[in-house]
Amino acid sequence: MTKKHVSTTINGDAIEFLCDPNDTLLDVLRKELSLTGTKEGCGSGDCGACSITLDERLVCSCLVLGVEAEGKNIGTIEGVSNKDQLHVIQEKFLEHAALQCGICTPGLIVSTQALLKENSNPTEEEARYYLAGNLCRCTGYDKIIRAVLDAADVMRGAA
Amino acid sequence: MSEVKEYKYIGQRSIRPDGFEKVTGRANYGSDLNLPGMIWGKILRSPHAHAKILSIDYAKAEALSGVLSIATHDDFPDLPVEAVVAGEGTANLRDLAQNLLADEKVLYHGHAILAVAAISEAIAEKAVNLVEVEYEILKPVLDIREATADDAPILHDDMFTKGLEEVPTVASNVAARTEFRKGDVEVGFADADIIIEREFYTPTVHQGYIEPHATTVSYDESGQSMVWCSTQGHFDVRASTAKLLGLSLNKLKVVASEIGGGFGGKTIVYLEPVAHILSKKSGRPVKMIMSREEVFKGSGPGSATRIWVKIGAKNDGTITAMQSNMSFEAGAFKGSPAMLGGMTIFTPYDVEHMYAECYDVVVNKPKVAAYRAPGAPQAEYAAEMVVSELAAKLDIDPIEFRLQNAAKEGTQTIYGPKMKAVGLVECLEAAKNSPHYQSALKANQGRGIAAGFWFNIGGMSSVTINMNPDGTGTIVEGSPDIGGSRASMQMMAAEATGIAMDKFKPIIADTENVAYNASTGGSRTTFATGMAVIEAGEDIVQQMKERAAAVWNVTAAQVDWIDGVAVNTAAENRLTAAEICAGVGRTGGQISGRANINARGAGPSFAVHVCDVEVDMETGKVDVIRYTAIQDAGKAIHPSYVEGQYQGGAVQGIGWALNEEYVYNEDGILQNPGFLDYRIPLASDLPMIETIIVEVPNAYHPYGVRGVGETGIIPPLAAVAYAVSDAIKAPVTDLPCSPPNVLKIIQSK
Amino acid sequence: MPVIDYKVPQSVDDAVSLLEANENAKILAGGTDLIIQSRAQSSPDLVVVDLKSLPDFVSANINSEGLSLGPSMSCAEFTAREDIKSLFPGLVEAAFLIGSTQVQGRASIGGNLCNASPAADTIPALMVNNALCVIQGPKGERRVSVEDFVTGVASNCMAKNELLKAILVATPASRTSDAYLRFIPRSEMDIAVAGAAVSVTLETDGTCSKAIVAIGAVAPTAILVDAAAKALIGSKLDETSLQAAADAASAASNPITDRRGTAEFRRHVVGVLVKRAALIAAKRAGDK
Repeated sequence: MTKKHVSTTINGDAIEFLCDPNDTLLDVLRKELSLTGTKEGCGSGDCGACSITLDERLVCSCLVLGVEAEGKNIGTIEGVSNKDQLHVIQEKFLEHAALQCGICTPGLIVSTQALLKENSNPTEEEARYYLAGNLCRCTGYDKIIRAVLDAADVMRGAA
Repeated sequence: MSEVKEYKYIGQRSIRPDGFEKVTGRANYGSDLNLPGMIWGKILRSPHAHAKILSIDYAKAEALSGVLSIATHDDFPDLPVEAVVAGEGTANLRDLAQNLLADEKVLYHGHAILAVAAISEAIAEKAVNLVEVEYEILKPVLDIREATADDAPILHDDMFTKGLEEVPTVASNVAARTEFRKGDVEVGFADADIIIEREFYTPTVHQGYIEPHATTVSYDESGQSMVWCSTQGHFDVRASTAKLLGLSLNKLKVVASEIGGGFGGKTIVYLEPVAHILSKKSGRPVKMIMSREEVFKGSGPGSATRIWVKIGAKNDGTITAMQSNMSFEAGAFKGSPAMLGGMTIFTPYDVEHMYAECYDVVVNKPKVAAYRAPGAPQAEYAAEMVVSELAAKLDIDPIEFRLQNAAKEGTQTIYGPKMKAVGLVECLEAAKNSPHYQSALKANQGRGIAAGFWFNIGGMSSVTINMNPDGTGTIVEGSPDIGGSRASMQMMAAEATGIAMDKFKPIIADTENVAYNASTGGSRTTFATGMAVIEAGEDIVQQMKERAAAVWNVTAAQVDWIDGVAVNTAAENRLTAAEICAGVGRTGGQISGRANINARGAGPSFAVHVCDVEVDMETGKVDVIRYTAIQDAGKAIHPSYVEGQYQGGAVQGIGWALNEEYVYNEDGILQNPGFLDYRIPLASDLPMIETIIVEVPNAYHPYGVRGVGETGIIPPLAAVAYAVSDAIKAPVTDLPCSPPNVLKIIQSK
Repeated sequence: MPVIDYKVPQSVDDAVSLLEANENAKILAGGTDLIIQSRAQSSPDLVVVDLKSLPDFVSANINSEGLSLGPSMSCAEFTAREDIKSLFPGLVEAAFLIGSTQVQGRASIGGNLCNASPAADTIPALMVNNALCVIQGPKGERRVSVEDFVTGVASNCMAKNELLKAILVATPASRTSDAYLRFIPRSEMDIAVAGAAVSVTLETDGTCSKAIVAIGAVAPTAILVDAAAKALIGSKLDETSLQAAADAASAASNPITDRRGTAEFRRHVVGVLVKRAALIAAKRAGDK
């Protein structure tokens, strides 16, 4: 099997890589590109730990082939903060203690960013349903949802 | 109760020091380490639940280009029957080796048999599939009833039930019987006006941490090796791995990566010794990561149980006797938490007559591992369901009924000691006064109340605080931080020294950079490692005072230490910590505080949960619509993370109560090894989880801390199930309260 | 090594030639099923053919006839289309139920249909809307109904060298609307334990003049239940006729017991869903 050459954009950087057609985009990010902030919890799209954006659309990178990245624009957790300044969502996750072990956190933050782009003022129920694909086993979700809603308020300038 | 102390740092909601790298994706977890020359290990697992291994032929795998080493059970040295620490219990060394790589028999679907290391994951996987194993398939036993039937297939020919009056002569699937007794239950039942007895079932459940087990092991030619892994206790990984492979401890450095959840399940080894064999044989670093399917099939779940409970009470609400007969599935090898079930089942109650018999039963399922308060959720579920039913039958408010019989200071426990000051009564009072409990229910809704008890443990912790020349310091601890404990260590160091929190950086050192620490388990870390941090902090204060005294040419006793500043009141001299640290070259060298302790006096933590559900009477679907978790923290060091433990425990328990279960077919093949069909709670399944932190200080901890990590998972099983029972007006005995199970009860009313 | 090559065809004909030329060629729509299936040990070496770069495959158009849907359009895009939602609210809610937000970002109705899981959410919803599958092969295109398209568990009527080019759904008649409900143990993320789609047409007095009922996850394929439809037609969807429809659906079902539910439970619940979906569809039809 021959590796394929892929040109793509990741967090604004033009990136080229070679990948096996069988590799998922998650494999490529973690193994090929050392972007290990994107986590693998299940490999079957059931946990959301590997959430990224593909042309602005929230997806599980374990359900995307690496070769599909050709010409696409990819966003990962590594691109959320701005240099040394945390994104409001990241700040709110810390402030609300919305993480315990932290393994689901990158996926949740990427998903929250996608949520707030689509809906700047989600209700608690909307946030809970939008994030239903991001499993967290530690927190019971309470503090995560509070962080998300608080971040939304701040980003809208309502708080 | 001791006086309320004023604290400067603890009790605040500070930002956890390790948080930045966790919200940016920079934190490195079990699978995040790559080393030069690293290769990949994969495991061959049994497709059968119970079979003899007749032969293993791995010639084709070995011949595959890119395969560098193969590990089988034969790679372990001859092992003694010796216990090693494994989480909140112990494991037998020989059983552990057989669980890591099967010897003559496979004992569950997914049992590891052989491992291959190859230059890529794909080749390793291909090689695993080339291995030919010949099996003689045996009939599996899949639950307690099957395991204890007269003609049951026997898992281990050399296992004879321990704890029987007569020494058995026939091998059995019952590993052990234990009993706990207080008073005479026959006398108690004779005194009762009402007696309720029921049998309860709870299914096999998994801890469900989101991060799969993962390790990278690098062995070098000098005989030294490094193990990087996601674990709750790297010192115990070192101990098990060394014992299993016949290594001395100084040959093995274990580094705890960040850990993506454990809940007890990451207290024992699955991959590390195997990766070590593969690394040694290939001369290359070896990485192994379990797939999610392997996590469900091959790592330790929590026990399924059958628990019979009988409780008697007088019409005035006094409980007269409590009795139970409980069986816990151990999985393929003995060692379920049955005994812990017996010790905890009735402990929330101050009742004269109690008796609990506990059986540890092996079945053809994965060997169970600790799961958050191991044994207690199942056992206390059974007891709390009957207590609530009794209250209803006696027409007494369920909280009042519990208050009337609540364990308190001086209560004799069934397992030995008398209770010290505990917070159960305070939790019950808080529940009674909560807005939740005072709210009304609507049609098709029900409410459940349940109490929970867990001992908590102390154990060995070692902490060093190294002060830097600028007055900042590093807290070197060895307790993997699974839920924010670095923050509490930072706060306790600040409180003990008076030096600001942000001056301290807590780190989790590897096994070579700090002395032995017991695993993060038993809700011990904030309590025990926290005590060590405080002691190390006090050591620093003492040294600071001595150094200031040396500068001022006075005695240390003449120096006060006020908010991180040395003060000689007589002469109005002041030296800040930073000034003292800057001058250590002239006063005797560096300052570092040290504590090596075996913490005792872990205070039990009681909880009371209130749960409202709404049931769809046509489908049996249960929605949790309101939930309040109330628990005694002794003293909440970081209230947000204490609440987080309550909420997380509550939701894990809600999952256990509602939908989680291992589903096997009749051949013992696991049907749901994934998050699609092993259904843990989602954000959209839940309401906010209200919390009330009760603080009845633990006299044995300088700040009154009790462990809070585990108790929270105990009450939800009964709180949810009794709420369902209240809504559908029919008793619930078997978990989970999944729609088919609940609908069946509704339809058979 | 399941996925051994990845092809991006430049045209439908190009795609058909790729299917003809490669023994184990598979169309990659959203990939949410295919990529998981490709991981199975039993999976053959696959050549995946990704049609998402062909604009017609990832867009949806509404004209006077109705909806023409590109089979690879993501559910996220599909469900965000208000124009589609106002015409086929039941179909949109079925698409909205597939998986998480992340899965919605990739999964497609065409993929859901071709994968032909007994529990596929969109299949019953397509059936009650009389959707047509446009199939392209080397010799041209053909059209089949959804019930003929799905031939069994995970199988469809297409030959190896055919592909699904479009899904056509005619504009509903006046005072006609649809609804889809499924039962899952949690609130999200699960595969349907049972599903029911209902389309009803109401007279101005509220009498149901036309109805179509399809049920999913309770037989090897989704099935149309004429008896359930008949029970609704002529009624004002009173409790008796709804219960008769529910009973007919339960009777028509042929479910299995598995990790997601017992046969007994599925048979019962599918009836409950038919009742509830019929009421929602009727409310929508009446509001038109």
